[in-house]
Amino acid sequence: MTAETLIPVPTGQRAEREERRRSRRGYRGTGPKQSPVSRAVAMTVMVVFTLYTLIPLWWLVVASSKSRGQLLTTNGLWFADFNLFKNIGDMLAYGDGIFGRWMLNSILYAGVGGFLATLLAGMCGYALAKYRFRGRETLFNVVLGGVLVPATALALPLFLLFSKVQLTDTIWAVLLPSIVSPFGVYLSRIFAAASVPDELMEAARLDGSGELRTFFTIAVRLMTPALVTVFLFQFVAIWNNFFLPLIMLRSTELFPVTFGLYTWNTQINQVPELRTFVLSGAFLSIIPLVVTFLLLQRYWRNGLGSGSLK
Amino acid sequence: MRYPKRIAAIAALAVSATVALAGCSSSSSGSGDTAAACAPTKGKVTLDFTTWVPGMADVVKLWNDKNPDIQVKVQEGPNGNNGTYKNFFNEVKAGNAPDLGQVEYDALPNFRVQNALADLSACSAVVKAKSDFVDWTWNQVSLGSDKSVYGIPQDSGPMALFYRKDLFEKNGIAVPKTWDEYKEAAKKIRALGGYITNFSQTDINQFAGFVWQAGGQWFANDGKDWTVDLTSSESTKVADYWNGLIKDGLVSTVPAWTDEWNNAYNSGQAWTWNSAVWGANSISSGAPDTAGDWAVAPSPQWSAGDDAAGNWGGSSVVSFTGSKHLYEATKFALWLNTSDEALTALNKAANLYPATKKGLKLPALQQGVDFYGGQKIYDVFAQASSQVKPDFTWGPTMTQTYADVSDGFKGAVSGSGTLTDALKSAQESTIKALKAQSIPVKG
Repeated sequence: MTAETLIPVPTGQRAEREERRRSRRGYRGTGPKQSPVSRAVAMTVMVVFTLYTLIPLWWLVVASSKSRGQLLTTNGLWFADFNLFKNIGDMLAYGDGIFGRWMLNSILYAGVGGFLATLLAGMCGYALAKYRFRGRETLFNVVLGGVLVPATALALPLFLLFSKVQLTDTIWAVLLPSIVSPFGVYLSRIFAAASVPDELMEAARLDGSGELRTFFTIAVRLMTPALVTVFLFQFVAIWNNFFLPLIMLRSTELFPVTFGLYTWNTQINQVPELRTFVLSGAFLSIIPLVVTFLLLQRYWRNGLGSGSLK
Repeated sequence: MRYPKRIAAIAALAVSATVALAGCSSSSSGSGDTAAACAPTKGKVTLDFTTWVPGMADVVKLWNDKNPDIQVKVQEGPNGNNGTYKNFFNEVKAGNAPDLGQVEYDALPNFRVQNALADLSACSAVVKAKSDFVDWTWNQVSLGSDKSVYGIPQDSGPMALFYRKDLFEKNGIAVPKTWDEYKEAAKKIRALGGYITNFSQTDINQFAGFVWQAGGQWFANDGKDWTVDLTSSESTKVADYWNGLIKDGLVSTVPAWTDEWNNAYNSGQAWTWNSAVWGANSISSGAPDTAGDWAVAPSPQWSAGDDAAGNWGGSSVVSFTGSKHLYEATKFALWLNTSDEALTALNKAANLYPATKKGLKLPALQQGVDFYGGQKIYDVFAQASSQVKPDFTWGPTMTQTYADVSDGFKGAVSGSGTLTDALKSAQESTIKALKAQSIPVKG
């Protein structure tokens, strides 16, 4: 553990996560010789950032428990009459229960998309790390180039492509682009290179195991922390991806929850009840994310930690 | 050995990037505006209709139940400037635009200059319907042309003065009939600790409504060139007037449509709002504690005895270039926007205020409204609708114009420059924006 924390971590993003990981464990200070002043400064910074993150969430919880009148007239950070369940009930009933549909869509897009993306990225990364073939580095560099292109920039070209094959306004329009994760390939390659020993693969081959079987029975287990990381990243990315559904989807019954709530939010002036519905909807929509994180965060820590060790 | 590989990778990237970019730019935009034929299609037709009117699906169901051969499928999206307009342009480019779409009046010229709209005048039923609509709404969709029609007017937003009847009566202040009286009332109200109204730095289309009422024009199109006239004498008169109110601290300037703004109305700090007919609903939702205290009067006039009104908002239903079912699409759109049945349902579902002459007399619009102390407020708006000047023209880059005027207004409100300065600089930037899009413009 100390060895891990002493190793300087090169990339900013990783260092930042490393920092968060430590603070979550209640891991105080980074070494024996830290002065009280710098510790206090670090604590203050962290407390400020924690509040910065949590206060909007707190506001959301409080606001979604209020009736429409109270929303404007009472203190935003404390409860008035508790109407949470009434709000949620009304919201679920609005528009023939379309909100439930949106939640299921989001879970479908993020769950299936995340799973397939992880599978593909894992296989691709493993192949790039463990097999030698012509054009391997070229292929990897092209994938790395993909990391640099923001998904938003690709949305319009994707729309034109999908229009050509008449797949816009279908679940495929959101699902297909979601199963590609260049960053996942990158992470899987690095991790596979470090965690799957060549000797083990040799042994498996000698025992008569085919390449696919070796991958699914041996490599996948060794790579689990990285794969869970890829899944979490991709799940969150798809769940929060708003621009792609905005451009691709027209039928209300295909919307993911983020886009659905956004649509409601733009109609507040005409249908005032939507104001409370958007809030209680937003409240419900973060629950699956929280659950996923709580269930998988143990793996996530391992994944990033091991990445920085080796 | 490694070096060439890397070059190859970069080359591969460059090629794929070029392909992607070419994909963006090379698609042609529309195929000119040859009037499409308006012939009925044999057999059953299903039309897609993209709109952001809440509850539209229920209204359309009335039609679908009675017209098995022309079925309409509603696609509900976010409102125009928040995504749907961008989607329309993408779809026209990709050749899969819906059969019908909702476009606000102030966005129509933008679609028109990009050749995205189908000319509906090929359909004789559309041409015949002209006399059903309030004159100025028809001008909004014919875009200055005698022959062409680019949309069916759906709703309108004639403006009037919402005011706190109880507070005006209690303090013995007369409801202002002219803008001069409005300023005098503002001083009295300020002395009592309130503000006569809140000036919105961001609702530039409301400000345009003020200019519209004053008889001003922001844009003109002679069929060939555009003229930009944000600094016309009427426009400057309105800007100077509001600038005076702001400078004297007689109006509050909190950002509109925020909680703070709602609160100003809910707590009785703001006394009036010169707004469109749909604003009736904004007040009742934003200021629920003031139920029964409000009333509606005609907008203050620039000279005593005038009877001019402005307009804020309103939409039309359009078909896009290349539409294949113009006959069925317009048949449905005319039913949606002229029949009593549909107009009543639209008013009930989304408080849409009709654009037809007959629609203004709907039974649903003849009733007293509890929130306004039982006043028949729609009588005031029906009168205002008949007083809206018929020839206000929107420009082809309103999103940019709104944003630039708004930037200037925000500056003026916080003390740098005046509203007139803001109009002057937006005048220049708008001309620049038009030139950048190769739209012919004078000046």
